[in-house]
Amino acid sequence: MTEITHRTASGVKFYQVGSLAVGNRLLPREQRAAQADPQRANTMISGHRACQGCGEVLGARYVLDAAMRATEGKLVVVNATGCLEVVSTPFPESAWRVPWLHSLFGNAPAVASGVAAALKAQGHEEIRVLGQAGDGGTVDIGMGVLSGMCERNDDVLFVCYDNEAYMNTGVQRSGATPAAARTATTPVAPGHPGNRFGQGKDVPAIAMAHRIPYVATASVADLRDLEAKVERAMQFTGARYLHVLVPCPLGWAAPSSQTIRLARLATQCGLFPLFEAEHGELVSVTPIRQQVPVDEYLRAQGRFAHLFADQAAGGRPDLVARIQAEADRNIRVYGLGGQP
Amino acid sequence: MAATELSPHRGAAPEPAGRAVEGSRAVAETVARCRPQVVPAYPISPQTHIVEALSALTRTGELESCQFVNVESEFGAMSLCIGASAAGSRTYTATSSQGLLFMSEALFNAAGLGLPIVLTVANRAVGAPINIWNDQSDSFSQRDSGWIQLYARDNQDACDLHPLAFRLAEELSVPVMVCMDGFVLTHAVERIAVPEQRIVDAFLPPYAPRQVLDPGAPLSIGAMVGPEAFTEVRFIAHGRMQQALVRFPELAQRYGKLVGRPAVELARGYRLEGARTVFVALGSVLGTLEDVVDEARADGMPVGAVELTCFRPFPAERLRTLLAGAENVVVIERAFSTGAAGIVTPELIAALAEPPAVSARSFTVIAGLGGRPITKKALRMLVHDAVAGRVARFSFLGLDRDLLARAGYGRASDDPPGSTAERLLSRLRAPESPR
Repeated sequence: MTEITHRTASGVKFYQVGSLAVGNRLLPREQRAAQADPQRANTMISGHRACQGCGEVLGARYVLDAAMRATEGKLVVVNATGCLEVVSTPFPESAWRVPWLHSLFGNAPAVASGVAAALKAQGHEEIRVLGQAGDGGTVDIGMGVLSGMCERNDDVLFVCYDNEAYMNTGVQRSGATPAAARTATTPVAPGHPGNRFGQGKDVPAIAMAHRIPYVATASVADLRDLEAKVERAMQFTGARYLHVLVPCPLGWAAPSSQTIRLARLATQCGLFPLFEAEHGELVSVTPIRQQVPVDEYLRAQGRFAHLFADQAAGGRPDLVARIQAEADRNIRVYGLGGQP
Repeated sequence: MAATELSPHRGAAPEPAGRAVEGSRAVAETVARCRPQVVPAYPISPQTHIVEALSALTRTGELESCQFVNVESEFGAMSLCIGASAAGSRTYTATSSQGLLFMSEALFNAAGLGLPIVLTVANRAVGAPINIWNDQSDSFSQRDSGWIQLYARDNQDACDLHPLAFRLAEELSVPVMVCMDGFVLTHAVERIAVPEQRIVDAFLPPYAPRQVLDPGAPLSIGAMVGPEAFTEVRFIAHGRMQQALVRFPELAQRYGKLVGRPAVELARGYRLEGARTVFVALGSVLGTLEDVVDEARADGMPVGAVELTCFRPFPAERLRTLLAGAENVVVIERAFSTGAAGIVTPELIAALAEPPAVSARSFTVIAGLGGRPITKKALRMLVHDAVAGRVARFSFLGLDRDLLARAGYGRASDDPPGSTAERLLSRLRAPESPR
């Protein structure tokens, strides 16, 4: 069995340098973020229509600039329908400074495979392909073609920006919506405390089951780690999958100032483990330095408010305990409690 | 009438060069000579032999620099085509029936993006009830997808339409569907002349995309367009497709000269001189139909036929010209719109009504659904009935009324319980009940 290391992908221990700022000047230049580089690509520029505090756009900006750096600007991007597409290309404006193609909601992995096949046929394999979608476009409607892309080992990095529901259409449940979350299609009603337990898909695990060269999870709370995982992904040829947790202030019913904090709490409570896997085997996990109870993460979001009403109003400490058990399971299964 | 309208049956032209080969194989070899760079493939009968052959041609190196990709679905196949075409490669795939419907969302998208993909449709019925045999309800269901649709009358046409399809698609930035009757053509072995590589190379220049995904010149493709310009986008697409009505005949003439065969036409008349009753059809039924027209002519009946090769764009002017002398127009359709009538007929009526109107009466005959053979005998009866004025405005050729009665559907108001399909099949197999 492969030895699993405990580290962030960047290898940077921010608590030792005194700041979580990704451009930290106390770091050697090569360890600083792509975003800290004045020569960065600025692949997604300002003027787009994303909401204040949008986790997805933050994630996309870091992912794409890191991918542009890793490929020396030789990148083609395929985008599924969804928030990221809608906010970025109200024609004739476009926020993209990269060759960018949007086709449909459910086919971004296949379109990306097609671009990669064309580039291979043309002898331009130095140009790399990145596909991106939200959780709806990845976990649900795009699952079949994503699996096809993975099993054929097509040379595509596919990135899922997971905000845990269909936010673009008004916050409906997806296969990535967590248990107990209130959405427009899992409303809270007597006897119905939000989204059901025991449902949903673990797509990073599904991607790993295809034994593709590289699978990783990342979060907008640790942007340097996110960048490092994109850079690592670009060192492989073949299918790669990156699943990024991107809080949505609208859908999660939280202030837009809390995006980063929520992403961090998701990881620190154990609900969203950060790891890397190569060829189907886990190779590294980011340990939790200070575990927080899920209570702290859930309470900060309106979509879980019904769990914390007083007993008479139907508060559900039993369900909070079930969610805590899920977090504890992740910590046990992924070994997140190991030494940093 | 112009000389071309009186031109003889192309099958009666001097025996073509070529060899005995299966239609699918000949189409695959022709497609290979068009040098596609990306071919995503998903199997579905009766299209499979085409992609099997392309897979083999890629592996043996006869088709060079081509990525043949085994995909997980037809939706995936067309989506790969979209990505590959947008990245500047000539792209091809083939499908049938349910597969075509599974691609439907991507078909509209490819057309909207102006990607010149070429698709062969081996025409097959659409379920339920599941049926693998030939009719044309699959491609007709995609009538409004924004794709040019060409229908092959035989396997020689099926081959010759492919270089034309690539050339037309790439000139106009409109994708093209080449439709050939499943099994009837795809699995028929006959003498076919596959165009030589040097001829296809002379006719079809390398693909020069209108726009391309290039890191050296980044652009955004597939942006959102709102109410302020969407109508205009569609207007332009309409105009672009209509250009095919001019370009297709020109290109077909040029191609015809190169291969030494009569040019394929948008629509073509057969023995229209003095024809008062004219039968319009698409696809493989034309051969049988023209034979029956010949017989009827020998018996002194004033009948003729029109072969409709290009259904999208609809060659209204050409059809008006061909049908100018007709009193009765009988449209033989291998698909229909449940609850309405024919699909081709209403368009034809609208075309004939344009002033100066062609005042022919029109009749729709639904024939050959789900693989039911359209026999010479059935067509002979149809011709006789039509000439004698005994054809209804809308009818089904060879409808088995006896079976319907035995299964309890004798009158229009009859609706026995249970599954229609299973009820009919059980009566079909039961010994005939006494009357």
